[in-house]
Amino acid sequence: MTEEIIIAGFGGQGVLSMGKILAYSGIMQEQEVSWMPSYGPEMRGGTANVTVILSDERISSPILSKFDTAIILNQQSMDKFESAVKAGGLLLYDPHGITKHPTRKDIQIYKIDASEEAAKMGNTKIFNMIVLGAYLKVKPIVKLENVIKGLQKSLPSRHHHLIPENETGIKVGLEMAEKIN
Amino acid sequence: MKEYKLMKGNEAIAEAAIRAGADGYFGYPITPQSEVLEYLMAQKPHERTGMVVLQAESEIAAINMVYGAACTGKKVMTSSSSPGISLKQEGISYMAGSELPCVILNVIRGGPGLGTIQPSQGDYFQAVKGGGHGDYKLFVLAPSSVQEMADFAKLGFELAFKYRNPVLILADGIIGQMMEKVQFFDQQPRITDEEIIKKYPWTTTGKTPNRERNIITSLYLEAIVEEQHNRKLQEKFKRMEEDLMFEKIECDDADYILIAYGSVARICQKSMELARANGIKAGLLRPITLYPFPSKQISGLAGKVKGILTVEMNAGQMVEDVKLAVMGKTPVAFHGRMGGMIPSPEEIVSALKNKLIGG
Repeated sequence: MTEEIIIAGFGGQGVLSMGKILAYSGIMQEQEVSWMPSYGPEMRGGTANVTVILSDERISSPILSKFDTAIILNQQSMDKFESAVKAGGLLLYDPHGITKHPTRKDIQIYKIDASEEAAKMGNTKIFNMIVLGAYLKVKPIVKLENVIKGLQKSLPSRHHHLIPENETGIKVGLEMAEKIN
Repeated sequence: MKEYKLMKGNEAIAEAAIRAGADGYFGYPITPQSEVLEYLMAQKPHERTGMVVLQAESEIAAINMVYGAACTGKKVMTSSSSPGISLKQEGISYMAGSELPCVILNVIRGGPGLGTIQPSQGDYFQAVKGGGHGDYKLFVLAPSSVQEMADFAKLGFELAFKYRNPVLILADGIIGQMMEKVQFFDQQPRITDEEIIKKYPWTTTGKTPNRERNIITSLYLEAIVEEQHNRKLQEKFKRMEEDLMFEKIECDDADYILIAYGSVARICQKSMELARANGIKAGLLRPITLYPFPSKQISGLAGKVKGILTVEMNAGQMVEDVKLAVMGKTPVAFHGRMGGMIPSPEEIVSALKNKLIGG
């Protein structure tokens, strides 16, 4: 099994940390992983993206132009990455702030109102965990228990008291993904 | 089994330096390698092993601190990215001339000049052909994974002391910034002053009874003496071939060979898989040491294949060394991106088709 993912949105949405938790979850189930962030001027200008690969085999290129899954959290990223999903692949997006919705017919498209849900829950910081939960509903590539272990590894111990609310976010997300096509 | 950690290449080499028993790190921040200094500072290695970590006032100060500490037989390192490595070249030339061991990390970014912060391999010539003034070579290691960033910190110190020569670890922004899983070797003790005197009798360790005083210098005013010194250095640079390293992937039945190092070798491995899925028998040769260069191995493959494609993130630098090795035995083509652009696996397959296979 190899899953090649791009997560893209604004800086501050937790794009990079979502990728890191996913990568750590992969390690917890003894997979090979890579996590390659955008660190160039686009990061300094507001948008951020990360390529995460989980595989049962040695990973060749950490840099990709086609993905099994794109998790898209703003319009700029939609413009850039809708076309980068492999045929038959998955596009998961938060419609908040999206003006041009995805149109491709050869991929699976799922919508997740994560920013709205996070605001309703009064905790916008778990936005990215809701998105991660929705992704894991559609593609259960890592087990929830391994995600929790991944959280323990990727968060410094002074933040471990936040793990339960992150777990709640993931569980909320697991119920929410809505298929568009 | 040892625990895997998820780390950036820059963090992994910093952790590995502490574990390798490094005595000191002197550096100055620059993207995309600032995490080396940040990680070291956060780890407080002074408390862990007694290692000194110091942010110097400039790159030039940092390399000269390395120069001074290396004279005393200490395991020391510095790191920077392209513009900062240019600043260090005077000190590096002096260290090569004075035959001093140290580890230098260059996490290359796009150039020339201040360039860009994104990944590049534009410093290949600077790395393998000298860099500073005078006839000298660095031992150059090109990691292509976070694990190799960690392993090469330890190996780099071993080679630096084996040859009494600076070792350059040539990475790029991809290797520095990406996270992969990595396993570390156990903490090694730092060398004691007594061990240095015993093991490295050339060092300047203060008053030592029963021996002549040691002088570490790169200055030999008499031409005949300087020539002798140069002959000795050249003989050493040739001897470095003992530690040549390279990796061959699916070269045995290959019609076409891709040659690439560092992060680009990883991208080329994907291209190789894509090409094979399209019925093109492609293989990959990855030089792990860029100096010494695997010329004999490339020459050996050249007689058996229909063509070689060298892929680099520059305008074509290593391809010159590939052509010198191939000596016209088979066509050698080049595909490169510059200024911080990264070639995609697909475009490398297209280059292979367009430039070598035809149609």
